[in-house]
Amino acid sequence: MSDIHQALPTQNMELNIGPSHPAMHGTVKVSVELDGETIVKSNTDVGYLHRGFEKMCENVTWAQCMPYTDRLNYVSPLINNFAFCQAVEKLLGVEIPERAKYIRVIAAEISRITDHMTCCAAMGMEVGGFTPFLYMIEGRDYLYDLVERLSGARITVNYARIGGVVHDLPEGFAEDCLATLDKAFKLVDDGDKMLTHNRIFIDRMNGVGKISAADAIAYGITGPFLRSTGVEYDVRKAHPYDVYDRMDFDIPIGDNGDCYDRWLVRLEEMRQSRRILEQALKQIPPGTVLLDNPHFALPEKDQVYTRIEGLMNHFKLVIEGARVNEGEVYSFSEGGNGELGFYIVSDGSGQPYKMRVRSPCFAIMQALDDILLPGAMLSDVVPIFGSINMIGGECDR
Amino acid sequence: MEALVQWIFANVAIPELFQPYVTAAIIGAGAGAIVTFAAIYAGIFIFFERRIGARMMSRVGPNRVGPQGVLQWLADAVKLIIKEDIIPDSADKPLFKLAPYLMAMGVFGGFAVLPFSHRVIGADLNIGLLYILAITSISVVGILMSGWASNSKWALFGGMRSAAQIVSYEIPTAMSLLPTVLLAGTMSTQGIIRAQAGEPWNWYVFHSPMMFILFFVYFISALAEGSRTPFDLPEAESELVSGYNTEYSGFRFAAYFLAEFANTWIAAAVGVIAFLGGWQIPFVSLEVLESATGLQAVGLELASLVVFVLKTLVLVFLIIQLRWTLPRIRVDQMMSLCWKYLVPTVFICTILMLGWMIILPWESMLALGIRVLMFLMGVGLLVAYVVRIRYNIVAAGDKVYAKWAV
Repeated sequence: MSDIHQALPTQNMELNIGPSHPAMHGTVKVSVELDGETIVKSNTDVGYLHRGFEKMCENVTWAQCMPYTDRLNYVSPLINNFAFCQAVEKLLGVEIPERAKYIRVIAAEISRITDHMTCCAAMGMEVGGFTPFLYMIEGRDYLYDLVERLSGARITVNYARIGGVVHDLPEGFAEDCLATLDKAFKLVDDGDKMLTHNRIFIDRMNGVGKISAADAIAYGITGPFLRSTGVEYDVRKAHPYDVYDRMDFDIPIGDNGDCYDRWLVRLEEMRQSRRILEQALKQIPPGTVLLDNPHFALPEKDQVYTRIEGLMNHFKLVIEGARVNEGEVYSFSEGGNGELGFYIVSDGSGQPYKMRVRSPCFAIMQALDDILLPGAMLSDVVPIFGSINMIGGECDR
Repeated sequence: MEALVQWIFANVAIPELFQPYVTAAIIGAGAGAIVTFAAIYAGIFIFFERRIGARMMSRVGPNRVGPQGVLQWLADAVKLIIKEDIIPDSADKPLFKLAPYLMAMGVFGGFAVLPFSHRVIGADLNIGLLYILAITSISVVGILMSGWASNSKWALFGGMRSAAQIVSYEIPTAMSLLPTVLLAGTMSTQGIIRAQAGEPWNWYVFHSPMMFILFFVYFISALAEGSRTPFDLPEAESELVSGYNTEYSGFRFAAYFLAEFANTWIAAAVGVIAFLGGWQIPFVSLEVLESATGLQAVGLELASLVVFVLKTLVLVFLIIQLRWTLPRIRVDQMMSLCWKYLVPTVFICTILMLGWMIILPWESMLALGIRVLMFLMGVGLLVAYVVRIRYNIVAAGDKVYAKWAV
């Protein structure tokens, strides 16, 4: 009889979400310990997409690092390009031409929109809204077409150069860009209308994955994730680079630091990026887009084919690499997910001596096990993880 | 079916000895026809769901197999039948094999009492509605069994969620149908439809505000029972990969989906029977329908068939539309929706309905006035819905190439 009054022995269930799981975009494993459907403990395992980006860069010339940076955050590759160039330029102590700065702002903002669109689309899909996902992905594809016109590729852009960008904007780009933005934002608005005021969506997002501003700062979280907690920190405003100080835009911030705020912040940031784009396209001055400096910039093709100096310069730059001063530098800019930093050590040879990337989502992933997941339900894993916008290439490097 | 058998015996001379065999043959043929209908409906439903979903998501959808892709479902079925039937090594094999049949049995069994027109019905049981509620619940055993027998954590989660969901939503489903039974005084599906004869405002959904609410409660609960979005947590693809059918392949997998898709017909048809007047042709009274003879009878019979199928398909379309519009609800929210909102609502509505039936009898002028008023409101809602859909199709522009739709 006494057995009946004893509590039944129960045991928590261990569940491996990932590394290959529809919700774990990229490849990441989250082992969760479940009590019913509630998460007691979680153990996040990153690094499945580690390709040794930093080590690879030490074995190639400065210019050859550029295509590698495309593969960091592959939904906004242009921003990575510019962030890397910015670090090298800081080490060189050069100022890029005015027009190149504007082009970088324009290209980076287009990329930021594609990044946020991907994240918002995925957030919608992860709570079951497949239609808004496809709407936003369609919008993203229009913007990728624009990137393709600009750089010749949709994702592996390789568009920036040390000292500027590889070539000028194509003809009629400004009109094209504005027309495409209209098309893309119509789709964003559709997704917005379908989800933002949807009761089910609010229930799924509101109060889920909450993090306080103090915790977020302690974990080194930046970007939309930090701004959703109410901290008004945006590298573009706090430490303006390129020509962001001439742009008139607002930083959207949230109050609660939950998934719903992140969704709203990202939506609003897309609209602010559009504002920046409209201003930049209007203000952009004529001029060159690449510094004419033989130490790091390739000479004009006609120089290479007709003059020995040009040919030698080209040969030296391709075989030995750009001449970058000895020293070390940390440079950072606002990536799609937050502060994207490059720490570079140069020994004066044509190759980086050491390269280190501070990737924004790696910092957020740390908070996953400690703050975001415990206490949440199994179904909450997906929106929480989706709102991080963890990009394997950037997080695992 | 019974009527048909008696009619044959009355008109065709069949020796006493063979009569049981003939009866069995007719019943067997009828059952076969119903299951075939259900299976074919499920197949065609898949095609429509994919095409409508594609339209809503501005995709093209399947359009390669047959004209406009109408034969896609046959191709899918052939593929699934010839696929290897894989049973995981660590699965509980007898249960694993049995589960899909239980699921299919529960759903296909429901078709027996669903009428299609004035005279076409598998079996007009006097407990029809109760029978449907009972037999469709068998599928929960199948789901739970598959979740357990698969020996996969994902399947187990799917199975547990599904069991919790279906068991909870049984209550609002059954309770929301109760006032209909009270109004009609019978549980027979044909009897309920007969009671709603004549003008469209005699449909039970327009009987009173409570019935109007109950119709929506029924619809929501039916969605949940059929595991359709926004209640598709048992197979939430973004979290559970596929849910209780994760480990299934080949025809067993197909059986699950046949059952699930066939279930949309049951959900819609029961809604049509209980609230939307079933096969009643508007403005044709029951006497006309019963007393018609010859060609007129055939014509009316066909008309009632078309009316019933059309009404059901409208609800089915609504189910598809919701599937591609709404996100998925969380498991605890699903439970609180059921127990905190739907169950109290149906109880209150049922009690109010009892009072209403005592104070305002069916025949009184005031009750008729309210019915007409409710009917006009319903028509207004329908018109608003159609206008809105048309607006969206027009706004989508050339992505929709179904020109006839606009």
